[in-house]
This record gives sequence, structure tokens and C-alpha cells, in this order.
Amino acid sequence: MLRSILSDDMPRSRWLAIALLAILVGLAFAPFLFPGAKSLNVAARICVFIVLAASFDLLLGYTGIVSFAHTMFFGIGAYGVAIALTRLGPGWAAVGIGIVAGLALAIALAVLIGLFSLRLRTIFFAMITLAVASAVLILASQLSAITGGEDGLNYRLPMALRPSFRPFDGFTGRLLDYYLVFFVSLALVLALLRIVNSPFGSVLMAIRENPFRAEAIGYRTVIYRTLASCIAAATATLAGALLALWSSQTSPDTTLSFDIMVDILLMVVIGGMGTMYGPVIGAVLLVLAQNYLQALVGDRWLLWLGVAFILCVYFFPTGIVGRLRRR
Amino acid sequence: MKRDLLPLLLIPLLAAAAFPLVGSSASWVTLTVAGLAMGLMIFVMASGLTLTFGLMDVLNFGHGAFIAVGAFVAASVMLALGTWMQVDSLWLNLAAFLPAVLAAMAVSGVLGFAFERVIVRPVYGQHLKQILVTTGGLIVAEQLLKVVWGPDQITLTRPTALRGAILLGDIAIEKYRILAVIVGLVVFAALALTLNRTRIGLLIRAGVENGEMVEALGYRIRRLFVGVFVVGSALAGLGGAMWGLYQETITAGIGGQVIVLVFIVIIIGGLGSVGGCFVGALLVGLTANYIGFLAPKVALGSNILLMALILLWRPQGLYPVAKR
Repeated sequence: MLRSILSDDMPRSRWLAIALLAILVGLAFAPFLFPGAKSLNVAARICVFIVLAASFDLLLGYTGIVSFAHTMFFGIGAYGVAIALTRLGPGWAAVGIGIVAGLALAIALAVLIGLFSLRLRTIFFAMITLAVASAVLILASQLSAITGGEDGLNYRLPMALRPSFRPFDGFTGRLLDYYLVFFVSLALVLALLRIVNSPFGSVLMAIRENPFRAEAIGYRTVIYRTLASCIAAATATLAGALLALWSSQTSPDTTLSFDIMVDILLMVVIGGMGTMYGPVIGAVLLVLAQNYLQALVGDRWLLWLGVAFILCVYFFPTGIVGRLRRR
Repeated sequence: MKRDLLPLLLIPLLAAAAFPLVGSSASWVTLTVAGLAMGLMIFVMASGLTLTFGLMDVLNFGHGAFIAVGAFVAASVMLALGTWMQVDSLWLNLAAFLPAVLAAMAVSGVLGFAFERVIVRPVYGQHLKQILVTTGGLIVAEQLLKVVWGPDQITLTRPTALRGAILLGDIAIEKYRILAVIVGLVVFAALALTLNRTRIGLLIRAGVENGEMVEALGYRIRRLFVGVFVVGSALAGLGGAMWGLYQETITAGIGGQVIVLVFIVIIIGGLGSVGGCFVGALLVGLTANYIGFLAPKVALGSNILLMALILLWRPQGLYPVAKR
């Protein structure tokens, strides 16, 4: 049962299993274990960033390509929902339209960028995605008629997700919203786990290890890489939609900025590339650090994480999870 | 070898195409000079990056750190020499500007040396790790800048003699842009002379074409590379100093903002080619200024469009480097 849910990719380390279980239980019962608006917000952000980082790991860890446009897809998802809710009013139809439109745009862009640059080398793809992402960031902050510019959009959520919605005592729309975020995130992470442990995932890893050989065996690497980048883009879009549904406010800073791109990189590399559990651990650590570490070590916490990042790439390329699994 | 002049023709072609769109000849001249100045500043920053890539197949995503360091060091020196900057004398102003720029180059160069040692050297030949580790270097460097110079932005005023514009009839040309054009052309001339007329330049060009062969002939390509890396970092510092004065405000994120333009330029030019980088930088600078005037909201999108068009025409960039 558990094996099939986890797609036969067991934690394979006692400490990792304990950590993952603690994260699962902590997030599942967050509203009761850690009461208060701030901690619930942190828990929801952890869920969203786990999905975002996990989808990035599909590219970085499994396929071996670096994209700097991952936040672009995240932003497209968030803005899709935000714009639909602003224009069409707070209803579920608007949410649906926003998500579908976001997914369509994201996948179209991913295909376009992929076909344009994935037949070339890793470095080329990284540079082109960086350029495209920065153009989208500028566009989002300039086209204020549609996106609300630098300030972003503030909008009302569907009735059932508002804090004022109280179907019965002790249950609010906010709680419903949290569990929506939680279960969708859980489903997405399990789906990604399924994908990377499928034959398709094995081809991706083969391409990562040796693209020439994979091509020689008969797999069209361009197609597989483009498919992987589409799946990652679609998942990031859904993560963005979740964030928009949680925070009822979407701006370039919270969805598109390069700070978020840096965060995702840190999460995946420190947590562990090439396993789906790495991003989970990394996202939990980083979001907690952002929200609580600042008080402990001051404003320059990112400096230490950056140093940890470099050390990780040199000495622990498989990150925390790889370390834990080795024993 | 036949010279391929077609890409060079693009520059006057672009300027000519923009002329009827802009309308008045006065604004066209102003925009063209502004575009050339911007392009040359980007060229100064990008030249080192493209050479290190050509020579050792290393692309430094942390190149922006040198740009930022250059800007900050130059700003500090100029603020320290504040009185010389405020006097209305071109020579005293330059006496403050010159040490500032030299200090920026020196600090960036030393930093580049350390960066190459600590960050880049262990990851030769591994592109994925290179991208990750140099990005990590950029993160750390930006944070260190904030530690040293504080998190707030620094406002700079240009030296008195370089403020304002020269009026030729109804054509206004900002003085600082003229200086930027001069500095850029000097750097380009120096690079071109070194690469084409000296022994070191010959070795570098040979190394870009075929590094193994150069090694087989008994030259240490590693040393050559360290030298190019350091010079490239110093030039990034120079470009950063110029760019900081051009923008008149400096934040720790300055490197990250400019590096996008730098990447577009070296992709357009063809990774590894200095001549292509020069043409690409001018094209980017001119396009940015023309489009910024005609349709300000899409100025940065225009660079992406330019890049896409050029890659459709020549998928490896304007001057593809032979072996790759």
C-alpha cells in the first residue's frame, strides 16, 4: 500500500523517514498543532514551495538542465488565477478559467523555449531562460492595466475560502483553504514521485548521465527534455495557482522575482538533487529559515545559506537526503 | 580568411531603419549616441565573459558580482574624493574619476583571481555544477556587498563637468555618454590590438579555436586562462563603475540586472567571439534606446525579440566560434 503510494521510492533511511513523517504530520495538523495566523501562513507556504521545488528538481536533479525561468511559470499560475478572480469576480468558474489559461500559456512557453534552446547545451538553456524570465518580470511590472504593475493585484477569493465563511462552529473558510492547498500539494508531490519512478523518469536520468548514449539507444533527447520541462512548468503553474488561492494577493515580488528563483535553487540543492524528498526537506528548511531564522542570525542569513549551497555543490552533490541515505 | 561583414552592416541598417520611425533627426542623433554609449558599456562588461567561455568552456554566472563590486568601489572612491568631483573643472573631475575606475578594476581583478581559484577551478568541464556554483558565488557576493556597504542604495552624482549635455543646434548629447563611448572604444581597440597583434593574443585566439593543440605545442593554457579571467573581471569592474555613474544609483542587485543584458549580448554575438560581442552589444544598446523611445513599456522585451531574430538567422550567434 505505502509502497504503491510512494511509487516504490521508499525513503531508505530511518532518519529521512522520520523527518518526512514529521513534516507530513506537522503539515496535516498544522492548524491544530501550531495555532495562529502566522504559523498557518508559514505552513501553507511550505506546501506551495515543496511543490515548486519538487517540480524544479524534475528539471535540475533528474534531467540535468538548469532553468532560471521556473518562477516565471510559478508567476503565470498565480497571475492566471489572480487576473481571472479580479476580472470575473470571486467564483470557482473564474478559478478554473484562470488555472486553465495559466497552464496553456505556461506549456506553450515551455515548448517554445525548449524547442528553441534545448537542442543546444545546458549553458545556453540556462542563459535563455534567464533572459526570458527577466523580460516577463519586467512585462508584469509594466503592464499595470492587466497585472496591477509593481503593486500587483488584490482580489477576493471564492466565498468558501474566505475567513468569514463559517459553515459551523470552529471551522472557517481559511481552514478549508489550507486543506485545499495541503491536499493538492500532497497529490502533486506524489504525482511527481510517480513520474520520476516511471520508465519516462528513467529515460530522463539516462539523459542526465549521458545524453549521447541516450540518443544512441534511440531516445530523442530533445523531445524528452522538452516534455520534462513542460511537466515541470505545468506543476509550477499549479503551485502558483495555489499560492494565489491562499494569499488573495499576487505581485511580482511574491511570484516572479529572482529572489524566489534563488530560494528554489537553494531548496533543491541543499535538500538534495535527484530525489523527490530532497526538495521537500529543502523547502521546509528554507521557508522556516526565512520566517524564523531572521530573528536568530540577523538579516544576512542568506549569506550563510549561499555558503552552504556552494559547499553542497562541491562536497555533497546529493544534499541532505543523499547524506542521510548513504548510511 | 574572408571577413564576414554582414553582421557589422546590421548596425547602420538598424540605425537607418529607426530614423523614419523616430521622426525628428535631433532625437535620432541623441538616441543613437545614447544607444552606442549603452552598448559600449555592456561590451566592456561582456567581453571578459565571452573570452573565458571561448577559452575554457567556462561560463561564469557570477560575473555580475564583479560588475557590482566595480560599481561600489568606484562609488566609494568618488564619494571620498567628493570635493574634486564637485569642482567645475574637467581635469580635477577626471582626477577623481580615474582613480575610482582604476580602483574598481583592481578590486574586481583581485576578486576575479580569488573567484577563479575557489569557485570555478574545481568544476571544470561540468556545466551543471559550474552554473550552480557560480550562481552560488553571486548570491554570496551580493550578500557580502550588503555587509560591507549596507543594504541601502547609494546615490551618486556625476562629476560636474560630466553633467548635462552638449548642444549642437537642436541636438542634445549628454556629456557622460561621450565619455562612455570613448572609454568603450579604447577598451575595444586595446582588446582588438592585443588579440590580433601580440603573441599572447595569438595564443588566446588559438586557444579559443583549439585548446588541446595549444597545450600540445607546449603552452600552459591554464595560466592563459587565469590571466584572461582576471582581465575579464577587471573589465567587468570598469563597466560596473561606468554603469553605476550612468544610472546614478547603485544597489547590491546591480550585477543581477545588468547580467541579463550581458548574456543576451554574448548569445547574440556567438559564445566566445569578441567581435560578435562588440556587434551584439551595439545592437542591444541601440535597440533598447530606440524601442525605449518608441514604446517604453516593452523595452526589455525588445532585446529578447532581437535575440530570437538573430538566432533564427544564425543559430550559433553572429560570429560562431569554430569548434562549438
